[in-house]
Amino acid sequence: MQNELLVKYLLQLADNAMVIGHRNSEWCGHGPVLEQDIAMTNIALDHLGQARNFFQYAAILQGNGATEDSLAYLRLEREYKNCLLTEQPNGDWAQTILRQFFFSAYQSPLYQQLMNSRDEQIAAISNKSLKEVTYHLRWSSEWVIRLGDGTPESHQRIANAIEALWPYTGELFMPSDEELAMQKENIGADLTSIKTVWENNVKEVFDEAGLAVPAQGYAQQGGKKGLHTEHMGYILAELQYMQRAYPDSQW
Amino acid sequence: MSVVDLGVVRNISINEESLITVTITPTYSGCPAMDMISANIKIELATHGLKNVNVITVLSPAWTTDWMSEAGKNKLREYGIAPPLSKQQACRKELFADEAIPCPRCNSYHTKRISEFGSTACKALYQCNDCKEPFDYFKCH
Repeated sequence: MQNELLVKYLLQLADNAMVIGHRNSEWCGHGPVLEQDIAMTNIALDHLGQARNFFQYAAILQGNGATEDSLAYLRLEREYKNCLLTEQPNGDWAQTILRQFFFSAYQSPLYQQLMNSRDEQIAAISNKSLKEVTYHLRWSSEWVIRLGDGTPESHQRIANAIEALWPYTGELFMPSDEELAMQKENIGADLTSIKTVWENNVKEVFDEAGLAVPAQGYAQQGGKKGLHTEHMGYILAELQYMQRAYPDSQW
Repeated sequence: MSVVDLGVVRNISINEESLITVTITPTYSGCPAMDMISANIKIELATHGLKNVNVITVLSPAWTTDWMSEAGKNKLREYGIAPPLSKQQACRKELFADEAIPCPRCNSYHTKRISEFGSTACKALYQCNDCKEPFDYFKCH
C-alpha cells in the first residue's frame, strides 16, 4: 500500500514534468527568434530529463516489467496524473511564457522541499533538478516582466494569458491523497508553504511587470485524479502514436 | 577535454574479481550525451584490454561546475568556450543581471548575453562587443 502511494506520487511528479516538457517541445522550430527557440527546447529537455528520472524510479518500485517507456507511452489518459495547467495549449508566446512561469514558480519551492525528502532517490532527483528550474524561473520571470512592461500589445497579450491560465493555478496546491500520505511520511512536500512562496513570487514579478494579480476564484481541477481537459487526449495521440503503431520500437 | 576534466567521472573502482566500476553523473537531468559517454568509456577501456567494465550513473551529489578541473577550464577557453565562473560570483543572479563573462578570444569583459540558453543545456550564448565574436559560455551550475 505504502509502495503503491509512493509510485503514484512519483508518477504525478513525472507526468507534470513530461507533459509541460512535451508542450514546450512543440515550439521546436517555431520560436519567435532562434535564441528563444533554443531556450524552449532546452527547457523541454530539462523537463523530459526530470521526468525520466522519476519514471525510472517508479518503474523499479512498480516491478512487473514496467519501464520508463511503458510508463511514459503506454498508459491510458485517466492514468496520467499531471495538473491541468501543464497540458494547456501553447497559445501565443505570452501564454507559453506564463504557463512556464506559473509552473517554475511552483517547481522551485517544491524541489527545495523535496531535496530533504526522507526518500533518498527523490531527494537526489530534486537536488539535481532544482538547478535547472532556477534557470527556468529566472528566464520566464524576465519574459513576464518584458511583456507586461513592454508595448500595449505585449501587455494585452500577457494580460489575456493571465485570464486564460489563472483558473488552472489553484490545482497545484490542492493535495491529492498520495500527496497527503507522502507528506505525512516526510517523503513528499507540504503544499501549503509552497503556495505561500508561489504567491509571493507571482506578486513580486507581476508588480514589476505592471500586471494585476487576479483574485482567488474558482479553481479548475481534476488532473491529479486523471480527469483531464480535452487537450490531453490530443497530446497523448501524438506522444503515443509511435509506440502504439509500432510496439517496442527503439531509436 | 575529457569527461574526467568535466567532473562527469566521479569514481573508478576495481573489485577482487577484477570488475571495474566507473561511476558517472550527468551535467543536466536531460543530458542526451550520457549513453554516448557510457559507451565510449567501455570502448576506450576495451582498447586497453580492459573488458570487465560496468558503468553506472548516479545523481547525488548533483554535478557542479566546481568539479571542472583548471586544466579542463583552460581547454574550454582554448576551444573558444568561456569556462564557468566560480559559484559565488555567478549562481545567484538578480533578474536581468548580466554576468561579466570574459571573451575566450580576446579576453575583453565588454561582452553581452544574447541568450540564457545556448547550443546545449549547459551553455549560454554571448557575444563580445569588442572583437564581435559570438561565443558559448559554460554556465555556472
